[in-house]
Amino acid sequence: MGSVKGIRDKVAIIGMGCTKFGEHWDKSKNDLIYEAVRDALIDAKLETKDIEAAWAGTWVSGFDGRCLADPLKLQYIPVTRVENACASGSDAFRNACYAVAAGAYDICLAVGFEKLKDSGWSGLPDQQSLPSNRYPDRTAPGMFALMATTYFSKYKLSPEEGKRMIGLISVKSHHNGTLNPRAHLRREVTIEQVMNAPIVAWPLGLFDCCGVSDGAAAAIVCRADMAKKYRPDPVYVKALQISVCPSEGELRADYDFTTVKATVRAGEAAYAEAGIKNPREEISMAELHDCFSITEAVTCEDLKISPKGKVKQDIESGFFNLDGKLPVQPDGGLKSFGHPIGASGVRMLFEMYLQLQGKADKRQLKNPKLGLTHNLGGIPVSNTVSVLIIGL
Amino acid sequence: MAGIASYGAYIPLYRLNRAEINKAWGGMFPVPGEKAVAGHDEDSITMAVAAARDCLKGVDRSKVDRLYFASTTSPYKEKLAASIVAGALGLRRDLYAMDFAGSLRAGTNALRAAIDAVDAKAAKCVLVTCGETRLGAPKGDKEITFGDGAAAFLISSTGVAANIEGSYAIFQEFHENWRSDKDTFVRSWEERFIREAGYTKLVPEAIGAAMKQCKLAAADITKAAIFAPDPRLLANVAGKIGFEPFSQLVDPMFMTVGNTGAALPLMMLVAAMEDAKAGDRLMCVGYGDGCDVLIMKTTEGIEKIKDKRGIKCHLEAKKMIPNYMKYVLWRGLMETDPPPRPPINHISVPALWRDREWGLSLTGQRCKSCKTPQYPPQRVCVICQAQDNFEPYHFTDVKATLTSFSHDNLAASIDPPTTIAAVDFVEGGRIIFNMTDRDPEEVKTGMPLEMVFRQVHYWEGIHNYWWKCAPIRC
Repeated sequence: MGSVKGIRDKVAIIGMGCTKFGEHWDKSKNDLIYEAVRDALIDAKLETKDIEAAWAGTWVSGFDGRCLADPLKLQYIPVTRVENACASGSDAFRNACYAVAAGAYDICLAVGFEKLKDSGWSGLPDQQSLPSNRYPDRTAPGMFALMATTYFSKYKLSPEEGKRMIGLISVKSHHNGTLNPRAHLRREVTIEQVMNAPIVAWPLGLFDCCGVSDGAAAAIVCRADMAKKYRPDPVYVKALQISVCPSEGELRADYDFTTVKATVRAGEAAYAEAGIKNPREEISMAELHDCFSITEAVTCEDLKISPKGKVKQDIESGFFNLDGKLPVQPDGGLKSFGHPIGASGVRMLFEMYLQLQGKADKRQLKNPKLGLTHNLGGIPVSNTVSVLIIGL
Repeated sequence: MAGIASYGAYIPLYRLNRAEINKAWGGMFPVPGEKAVAGHDEDSITMAVAAARDCLKGVDRSKVDRLYFASTTSPYKEKLAASIVAGALGLRRDLYAMDFAGSLRAGTNALRAAIDAVDAKAAKCVLVTCGETRLGAPKGDKEITFGDGAAAFLISSTGVAANIEGSYAIFQEFHENWRSDKDTFVRSWEERFIREAGYTKLVPEAIGAAMKQCKLAAADITKAAIFAPDPRLLANVAGKIGFEPFSQLVDPMFMTVGNTGAALPLMMLVAAMEDAKAGDRLMCVGYGDGCDVLIMKTTEGIEKIKDKRGIKCHLEAKKMIPNYMKYVLWRGLMETDPPPRPPINHISVPALWRDREWGLSLTGQRCKSCKTPQYPPQRVCVICQAQDNFEPYHFTDVKATLTSFSHDNLAASIDPPTTIAAVDFVEGGRIIFNMTDRDPEEVKTGMPLEMVFRQVHYWEGIHNYWWKCAPIRC
């Protein structure tokens, strides 16, 4: 990777807030933003006026800096809206951290939010396509199903074995979600329920797909050297990486759907920035972008947590369970939270933050040191990926 | 002298057993046989394109200087359809493209006009293509007898497989079949009157006059491709002229395809040419508000153009529609509960216009540096990042296989699931398509595929066309 650049240990998180995720029929996006930021300020023991600059991550629920300034009545400070698909929230956080690391500000706010349940549609609102509409009809589950069918055939899994492998992922995440009062879906599911559920896009059934929900999460960051002034247990930023795919998979016949190169690239860069040599051993826990169960499986391999083609063994052995070696989605993941696009990245950070501070209640892991979050915006053939690492 | 240099045909993959229609309506019309039904993403334009592609196999497309598109069922009342056909076929810019519409004789009208243009030396090589998707009102006899299909001919003065020997036409102002600007379905007058005043009177009259003009007797005709609303009327007419029904008449495909309107005599002529030997004398007769007769004699060239899918292959390769409801949905005959998905995007006309050469004909580029084909056209090569260093590359007829697929139940479709296919081309390049004309069960990684021109969206009166992939038909 050449010389390692980055901002490791230069910025700290001193406050976070996260709403319950779900179908908030009774709350507007402004309510959600307000509640997440209010809780983050309380957590940091700060007031709105202490925030010097802010970044908002949203996909379709807001358009410019006013999306924060208006509900929070921020007083003429700089506010920027960031959009980077499912990595929007993570990218807003990254921008806030960079502003602090650059010395431009001492205290910044990052908010991820999305209000999807006002649309009335199944799945996500309109997908981006060519203005000529000379384009195949395709949905997110339809495109991620390509990943599953190809993975199964490449690694010689029978349809039954493949369905079971990805099904166990959903069973695990649903279980974790039952322990989390902020999760949208809070019930156990059995492997039989998962495998027999109605098919959305084969082999992805209902329980292989994350839901659609509303939510918001917020983080307040400051210079690392001043963090202890605000709280005894700040959490430090170890790596902030984004990798964006030039839509190669749509055009290149050598892309085989069983990997996401942007995840590989962002992961390698993040490990370099954080000084991690062996992620399987050194990462304590992870929140990965489980928009679909197969995505989590492939991401574990792309992030070098599991060997290529071997994630099945780790899934079956419970390696990723709450009591496993490297718990994945300790909070229940997109599977339990649903996926309000811009909010998800910051929600993932929130869980890592709670775990690192020992405040994750029934989900609390033993002495976690490093937490990794991953967002995959887009589809297997074309995407934008974030990998963030925070720790003590 | 003008002649037919090539032919092609298209019959949609899907057939509906007439018993299914009869069952739906309580057994009122026990009519035997089946009808060909255009897929949910097909219309007269896409079927004409398919027939034209069949016809142009092995033909240098740059030679085509006119394109006539004939149909009573153009998707547009106002707007040229031939330009869409020409765009899909990638024909040259100085093409004279025109539509023949309205009449059931539109197909033979276009054929005759092409012959006249070549004879008059106004054109050198005219592509005539005709597609029909006529609708009979539900619960009526036309719904049972109508079918969908298309045919295409290349008319030229050189390299002909059949020389035109004569042509004859009469017209008769007559409300036999009609569909006004306010109608969705074809109407007609009472059967006994139109049979006697129309078909059984006009057809023998026109054929007799044409044969007399060419100094031919009925026995001189090897095969006659005569438009026929049903086989009974054709037998009646044949008797009057003196044709021997079994040996001299081309099957009007009533039992297998149905009445394809303006396309029917052209499709029947294709069927005749498929079986013809050099020196055969063929007749093509169009009917509707009058009668068109064309007489031709095949040359040695007939053997050279038999590499077409034509009628035979398209007749054989078929799938049955399981029930009448599916037909109703495909033809949009019933308003249904909309899917809980966002409505179709706004279609930008400037974006369509920018895409008129590339998208409509599935023309991408090949990088001159690394030689990799890619679609849609890029400014920077996806492989080697070379800038603005491309040559055009046509994907439509390149060998392709399926690399990955899924069946998407969430996508809004008249015919779910939506099959998404990552298609890789033998010389490199990938395009993600929807797959059509497939049974989900038959879709397998590695299967060979072909590209088909289909309607992909409809928005605010704009029919938007692009390409899909499909299992190799035959």
